[in-house]
Amino acid sequence: MAVVVEKKFNSASELLKHIEKLKDQREKKLQKLSVYVCVGTGCTASGSRKVYAKFVEVVKAKGLDVQIEKIDENDEPVKRTGCCGLCSLGPLVKIMPSGITYSHVTVNDVEEIVEKTLINGEPIERLLLTDPISDKKVERLEDATFFKNQTFYIMEAIGTSECESIEDYMARGGYSSLAKALSMDRKEIIEQIKASGLRGRGGGGFPTGLKWEAAYNSNGDIKYVVCNADEGDPGAFMNRTLLERDPHSVLEGMIIAAYAIGAQKGYAYIRAEYPIAVEMFNKAIEDAKEYGLLGENILGTEFSFELYVKEGAGAFVCGEETALLASIEGKRGVPRPRPPFPAQAGLWGKPTLINNVESYANVPKILRDGVEKYRKYGVQGSPGTKMFSVTGPLKLTGIIEIQFGTTLRYILDNICGGTSNGQKIKAIQIGGPSGACLPEELFDLPLDYDTLKSVGAMVGSGGIVAITEDRCMVEVARFFLDFTKRESCGKCVPCREGTTQAYNILEKFTRGKATYEDLETLEYVSEIVKTASLCGLGKTAPNPIISTLKYFRQEYVDHIEGRCPSGMCTAFQKYIIIPEKCKSCSLCARSCPNGAISGERGKPYVIDQEKCIKCGLCVTKCKFGAIELIS
Amino acid sequence: MTRTFDKVEKILEKYSYKKEMLIKILLEIQKEYRHIPREVVNYIGVALGIPPAKIFGVATFYAQFSLKPKGEYTILVCDGTACHMEGSMNLIKAIEEEVGIKPGEVTQDLKFSLDKVGCLGACALAPAMVINGEVYGHLDAQKVKEILRNLKERKAE
Repeated sequence: MAVVVEKKFNSASELLKHIEKLKDQREKKLQKLSVYVCVGTGCTASGSRKVYAKFVEVVKAKGLDVQIEKIDENDEPVKRTGCCGLCSLGPLVKIMPSGITYSHVTVNDVEEIVEKTLINGEPIERLLLTDPISDKKVERLEDATFFKNQTFYIMEAIGTSECESIEDYMARGGYSSLAKALSMDRKEIIEQIKASGLRGRGGGGFPTGLKWEAAYNSNGDIKYVVCNADEGDPGAFMNRTLLERDPHSVLEGMIIAAYAIGAQKGYAYIRAEYPIAVEMFNKAIEDAKEYGLLGENILGTEFSFELYVKEGAGAFVCGEETALLASIEGKRGVPRPRPPFPAQAGLWGKPTLINNVESYANVPKILRDGVEKYRKYGVQGSPGTKMFSVTGPLKLTGIIEIQFGTTLRYILDNICGGTSNGQKIKAIQIGGPSGACLPEELFDLPLDYDTLKSVGAMVGSGGIVAITEDRCMVEVARFFLDFTKRESCGKCVPCREGTTQAYNILEKFTRGKATYEDLETLEYVSEIVKTASLCGLGKTAPNPIISTLKYFRQEYVDHIEGRCPSGMCTAFQKYIIIPEKCKSCSLCARSCPNGAISGERGKPYVIDQEKCIKCGLCVTKCKFGAIELIS
Repeated sequence: MTRTFDKVEKILEKYSYKKEMLIKILLEIQKEYRHIPREVVNYIGVALGIPPAKIFGVATFYAQFSLKPKGEYTILVCDGTACHMEGSMNLIKAIEEEVGIKPGEVTQDLKFSLDKVGCLGACALAPAMVINGEVYGHLDAQKVKEILRNLKERKAE
């Protein structure tokens, strides 16, 4: 029978001593042979868990699991690591100590990797990643421009973090900030957070320290700490990545927050669409309890804190703090007017502190490094770093971390390597459905809360989508309004009715039925929704319209005039039969689902444009290439 | 025919009949029955002391719940920004061609159901879809049809 080891720490000094020991061990671990397989959602979807299982099997079959010396009992030669951000190249596998990294690894490659790289130390050329900027193969992750040009601060130990291991987090200095915090005066912690200039990473950019202070000053027998991980923005997944790769950093931030404001209970509200994140965070909670970092009398002090995971059930509006709180209570996630702010009356009417995932992950760093060092990152009004998810037709996409003040152009060119389809990027959509579309002229602006606000955009939760010239900006606006219209909770009229009306008008544009009057109405409706809506969802819902009207007005005008310059809106396209090529075989007419094609033997067939539904089936059926699409 | 609610009872017990756990309870019921049956709503209403109307309110508010049965294979096609731009509509069209259902519908044999969802957070793999929790990325119409054909051939477990 295994000996049950009491892992619980009874004091901060015990914990700190253990952390020192683990730090040494981690150094040693990285110096010996091991395989790190990414098990984040991106790589999992590409089959990384099967690759992991195969590695375990092959390593065992070759007897390597016994041969390779173990630093401690949990030290296996094949390890599961958290997301390193380069999801589009998954599954990623890193071999230590050489650091050789492979992309797009399949189960069939495993045997070869073990044989050549793990045992003989030779790289396998075809599996190495190609740096799209230098166009050369790189052996190590750290040598790729994608990584070199980022600033990793919140995302630690790229490719070697063991996401499921609390000991690995401690080995990187984790929970030392908690030990420090528990010896500090509560007010002093809040002062430090205020001085750090940390702003809410969920979108609004409200100073985190002020929230903490308000919650601290509120009187209540019970106080709550809530983590907002309801990342509903389409096109954004950095909260998910952070929860999956380093759940303990979020957890530590929450525990420190609870101590600082005097809370006894907390909830992490995570989307049900993120099953891996829910699983990882639940495990993190269990492990932290076992080590005495969560639960009764944390580290032998008077302070106790209970934490629970609450799963969301798919409602974008629940990212709004008052709606989120209603959802935690088991109700419909409908926002309510503020004040009272959650800091005064939140969950079940008690003072509640609510912050974003990434905001909490910043807290241990601030306490560990001190305000001065922390503020070295970023710019004056927006200190620190920010994770962004970058997607679109770029050479590399995934999660990146940069300092505030970096420009969009730098991200697109120096990190993501430009477009993959040879097209020019004409716009960047930043901040999701509440964000804006920015034209190329603004790509040199520094990314920070205030600059973005000044051009009508927002950091939002941090989704960046590159839009190339073959995409239609009116369609982009229609897409976002379709989303907000569906996600509007229906409580207040301006949002419920306004988003629907705006959507209907946008649809008229994409269908080629819009007039100049519609353009005016669209602007008018947008203004009303923005001004009169109750919560953040409605207040920001018209941003995609307002920004595209501001920067891409010509495209709207083109649609009124009967053109879609990008060719994306099918309503402006026409299928025609070229008379010279038509052999009157009637194949197209017989296959047309809507009976739009007619003709008689010996004469070219014709497509009735009124009846044509633009399915394109006739093009695939025609053996003579006589049918063409014109726009 | 009388129905017993053993499974519902078990779920309720797991969450100690707590009102605040309603969403989690409904999520598990959705998983068990592949939809939220009307009778079950009434049952948990009585058990938790919440008016059934309120439960319907919650069940219709969140996208994860459905009052209509879902298929054995629930297909969720991501229509988030990245996937939309990369052609998620083509995937939906391919699914319609292969199994004959549109978003929000379920096949007659209850084998497949299709829904369009906001964002799966797999944007780097766009366009993507999820079938019974498994993520498929970098899709095109051809790949989607192949995946569905494989599932069709698989015997019901």
